[in-house]
Amino acid sequence: MALSGGADRGSHSMDKSITLPPDEIFRNLENAKRFAIDIGGSLTKLAYYSTVQHKVAKVRSFDHSAKVSLQETDGDPLYEISVQEEITARLHFIKFENAYIETCLDFIKDHLVNTETKVIKATGGGAYKFKDLIEKKLKLKVDKEDEMTCLIKGCNFVLKNIPHEAFVYAKHADSEFRFQNTHPDIFPYLLINIGSGVSIVKVEAEDKFERIGGSSIGGGTFWGLGALLTKTKRFDELLQLASKGQHTNVDMLVKDIYGGAYGSLGLTGDLIASSFGKSATTDKEFSKEDMAKSLLHMISNDIGQLACLYAKLHNLTRVYFGGFFIRGHPVTMHTITYSINFFTKGEVQALFLRHEGYLGAIGAFLKGAEEDNPNQYSWGENYAGSSGLMSVSPDLNPVQRARSGTFDMLEMDRLERQLVNLPLLQDPTSYIPDTVDLTEDALAREYWLYCFEEALDGVVKRAIASQKDQPEAAERAEKFRQKYCHKLQTLRHQPFAYGSLTVRSLLDTREHCLNEFNFPDPYSKIKQKENDMALKYYLKVVKSFEELSWEQRQFTLVKGLLAGNVFDWGAKAVSEPWLVDAYNQWIERLKGPPHKCALFFVDNSGIDIILGVFPFIRELLIRGTEVVLASNSGPALNDVTNSELQILTERIAAMDPVIHRLDKVLATVVRERGTDLVIIEGMGRAIHTNYYAMLSCESLKLAVIKNSWLAERLGGKIFSVVFKYEVPSKAQGQH
Amino acid sequence: MELNGFYCDGEGCAEEQEEEPTALKLLRSKTETSCSIIATPGADSAAAGGSVLQEQRMSKSTPAMLRLDSLKKNRPPFPWFGMDIGGTLVKLVYFEPKDITAEEEQEEVESLKSIRRYLTSHTAYGKTGIRDVHLELSDLTLWGRKGNLHFIRFPTHELPAFLQMGRDKHFSSLHTTLCATGGGAFKYEDDFLTMANLKLLKLDELDCLIKGVLYIDSVVSSGPPECYYFEHPTDPERCEQKAYNLENPYPLLLVNIGSGVSILAVYSKDNYKRVTGTSLGGGTFLGLCCLLTGCSTFEEALAMATEGESTRVDKLVKDIYGGDYERFGLPGWAVASSFGNMMCKEKRDSVSKEDLARATLVTITNNIGSITRMCALNEPLYGAALWNLDQAALYRAMIDQNIERVVFVGNFLRVNTLSMKLLAYALDYWSKGQLKALFLRHEGYFGAVGALLELQNPC
Repeated sequence: MALSGGADRGSHSMDKSITLPPDEIFRNLENAKRFAIDIGGSLTKLAYYSTVQHKVAKVRSFDHSAKVSLQETDGDPLYEISVQEEITARLHFIKFENAYIETCLDFIKDHLVNTETKVIKATGGGAYKFKDLIEKKLKLKVDKEDEMTCLIKGCNFVLKNIPHEAFVYAKHADSEFRFQNTHPDIFPYLLINIGSGVSIVKVEAEDKFERIGGSSIGGGTFWGLGALLTKTKRFDELLQLASKGQHTNVDMLVKDIYGGAYGSLGLTGDLIASSFGKSATTDKEFSKEDMAKSLLHMISNDIGQLACLYAKLHNLTRVYFGGFFIRGHPVTMHTITYSINFFTKGEVQALFLRHEGYLGAIGAFLKGAEEDNPNQYSWGENYAGSSGLMSVSPDLNPVQRARSGTFDMLEMDRLERQLVNLPLLQDPTSYIPDTVDLTEDALAREYWLYCFEEALDGVVKRAIASQKDQPEAAERAEKFRQKYCHKLQTLRHQPFAYGSLTVRSLLDTREHCLNEFNFPDPYSKIKQKENDMALKYYLKVVKSFEELSWEQRQFTLVKGLLAGNVFDWGAKAVSEPWLVDAYNQWIERLKGPPHKCALFFVDNSGIDIILGVFPFIRELLIRGTEVVLASNSGPALNDVTNSELQILTERIAAMDPVIHRLDKVLATVVRERGTDLVIIEGMGRAIHTNYYAMLSCESLKLAVIKNSWLAERLGGKIFSVVFKYEVPSKAQGQH
Repeated sequence: MELNGFYCDGEGCAEEQEEEPTALKLLRSKTETSCSIIATPGADSAAAGGSVLQEQRMSKSTPAMLRLDSLKKNRPPFPWFGMDIGGTLVKLVYFEPKDITAEEEQEEVESLKSIRRYLTSHTAYGKTGIRDVHLELSDLTLWGRKGNLHFIRFPTHELPAFLQMGRDKHFSSLHTTLCATGGGAFKYEDDFLTMANLKLLKLDELDCLIKGVLYIDSVVSSGPPECYYFEHPTDPERCEQKAYNLENPYPLLLVNIGSGVSILAVYSKDNYKRVTGTSLGGGTFLGLCCLLTGCSTFEEALAMATEGESTRVDKLVKDIYGGDYERFGLPGWAVASSFGNMMCKEKRDSVSKEDLARATLVTITNNIGSITRMCALNEPLYGAALWNLDQAALYRAMIDQNIERVVFVGNFLRVNTLSMKLLAYALDYWSKGQLKALFLRHEGYFGAVGALLELQNPC
């Protein structure tokens, strides 16, 4: 049963003395609307929708239509950069102990400016208990929603929108959390909600679910029976006790009966034959720890067994666990995982959710926001505004707990467009963009965290420099430094906080933090300068290439691509021999018929794009291959952004009749034009990510490894060249 | 199902059959003629019945002396014991021959007599050993001998005292094989040897369990029925115990509730598998009751449970929803969270020991019912090789695909009508009448009986 309800915490009195730091908790309350609240037995989860005004860097082309030749534009920048305000939608979810509920309601009332909201959606066992309080404080009408419906809605939402939402828990592995890839089709699945009782729900589609079973032996049994046996009142304390106990003192094991294993049935000696089987005596005292441990095993095993029986009966392999019994507690995740492994012999994996605690609140919120149709958008987790997994676990993070009490947050930004997989991926379901998972690779993690810390000063300086005209930029930049520094600290202790830790996620986190403090694009000025400079040489370079023989030209073009990619780091030459060298195969291919359409994922601004990429694609165009350029929509380091690329392409097209423009949604273009070649350039796109990605057409992955540590790890030297040309096998190609 | 089957279908005795075919047939005929109970089960095929008649006819023309001699050769020497050493209890069955001739009595060694007298003249042994007199099967014929089958139990922790007694009574001088099953047969094998100089014939407990169930059901024909069920289990007013004819029993789930629980799917006499088990069994009930109430015996715990009220301890659906949770078809009286009310301190302070004992009993019993029901649903008949099914089972496999009979055994059910009625109710209610809970009178002794029957097949 999904009944989280009504249990008294008893020991908690209302703590009104806490002052809430408004910058950190309940952010963007001024514009907040569409409130929802989920009040469980001990935790309250509040959700609201808000709009965030933040700065974005825009580029706008100067009008050069009158000036045709390159010389005339000398000295003037090609485009201007302006910082504009943009409004984006954000979802806020905050979790705190019920003890703070009144303080929080007061705080919200004081800071809420928007008054169009009239209703608050409520769910959870405690919703009725606090109904009057909420209505009185917030002057909103409490509108109760079915708990299970909210739970399922929330679950669907996080599974669809948050990468690495689900994970497998492995206590003794190098990394305890093994995050699962987002599966394009999340249905069907089984949700085992362990509240005071257990509800087993089969979810077949967005609005199609059924409670197929349950059990009365759940979290309430652990808590209630545990309190009776150990005189320990609090749930968390009971778990603490259990984690220190030895169940073998209380349980009768197979070996207690058999002296060893029951071999013919494959039952090992350590298996529990009878829970509490040894406590049927009055001669002996049993420790609280041991009894709590035995109880934990008894309940976890029982739930695991039933879950397996239901999964088998309904032929389901994706089984998610949630509810207050689980809620991020390593102890219960471990015992449940153990039980599932035992009963299914490893056929079914127990899956847990990073945002399990928010499901009800998210679901209730979605119920109330149906007219805004939040389900039609893609939402991304904002790393700057989210606390991450286990942020309030006192064991793991005493510092953070002391700082912000028990407050945990999740923020999600509405993405500009729905994200879809590239249609050219051979197997979208198994596509893992990131090459190295830093959650599992401790050495690599240590290295990259160090790198990002080292680079922080430079980023701060660059951020200030990008807004020289604004006097408070330095102050903001300092705040950014603190925030990102703190994030890196958190990730050092809890690499699993935001799903799999990767170089990409470290970069994303930095961008989110920069955005948070209104530094939309610290590299904009540098990029502008470099682009202007490189443009001056474009025609000269193109001309010099035309004078070369075909063979010479092809090699120079490739070298140009690689050199352009390395230029900003000041390297004069790339290291020989190439680390991955498929150049000869590529040349052989070029002697054959032209490709129909090439899709080129570009990397940096300046020399890279203008003097490396453009001459290269120019050659393809002359061969009769259409070229689609793909770039980032938002800024990241000195990567060329989509809007910059558009201006650059226009400008080059004006100089060079070979180049002309096409503007369309990428995925559509890829399909329409029959793309048969994908070129991926740069460390970020071709090495940190996508290195192992298998495409259904020919692909060229090229980069220069501009990092000695990584080069060494891959078995090469710094500035080693990776030139990877892959042709899918026939069968796969037709697929 | 039939005694005959146990006697000569086994491979072990097939060889002996070749040596003395006449004698064997005689023995069998004696079985048939002297013990009316044997004919009870009618489940067996017409062919088998026919052969019995034939043998019966032949037996009438055979001299008595020859019979006695050959019987001596083929029969295990007395005493006949079967033992099941479980996690909590040792179950012992003893066959007391009542047809001892004067001549035989003279030859009988003193220790054998003393054992027989000791066991049959007492109903309690020491402080904790008990003979369940009401279960005694009298006038039983086993391997051509007529006698009474006694059912004795004592706690496993008293095993050393038992071994000491075996030593004092010179049990080992009888050169008998002691057939034992249960985990203790393995765990205490060395102790039997060193303390009492006894060599055990160790047997698999599930094999023994099934053999025992089939045997006992086949030999009980008069007196209280061996197999019974509760009619109208969902209506306390009309609920009553009724005899159940266990012919055509397959397929069935056999749920053995001892300290822990084993669930077997039985497709035919010798085709079964252990489906699963749970550690929440009789040992859990007693262990938790001891911790929660300070009681020390199963009887005490049960007596308290009978007096208590579990709804003060458990949180019901109606405690949360005020009534039924209609959306999911959950009745208000269903338990939403076992011990759920005990999360609250005030309620912890207000419950009685009896309430706690009752809640423990209800929790364990319902959980067994729930897992059993899921196993029945998950164990379609097609899970078994169809050629192993008898015709009736095959027919049932074609019309509905699930197991519909569940036989509950094990000492957790001893004097525990509360749990039996609860299981009957839970199975009937949650399966919407598809599943029937069956119970057997000799609930905990089948393993020991199965072990005794193996005496016939010494290694």
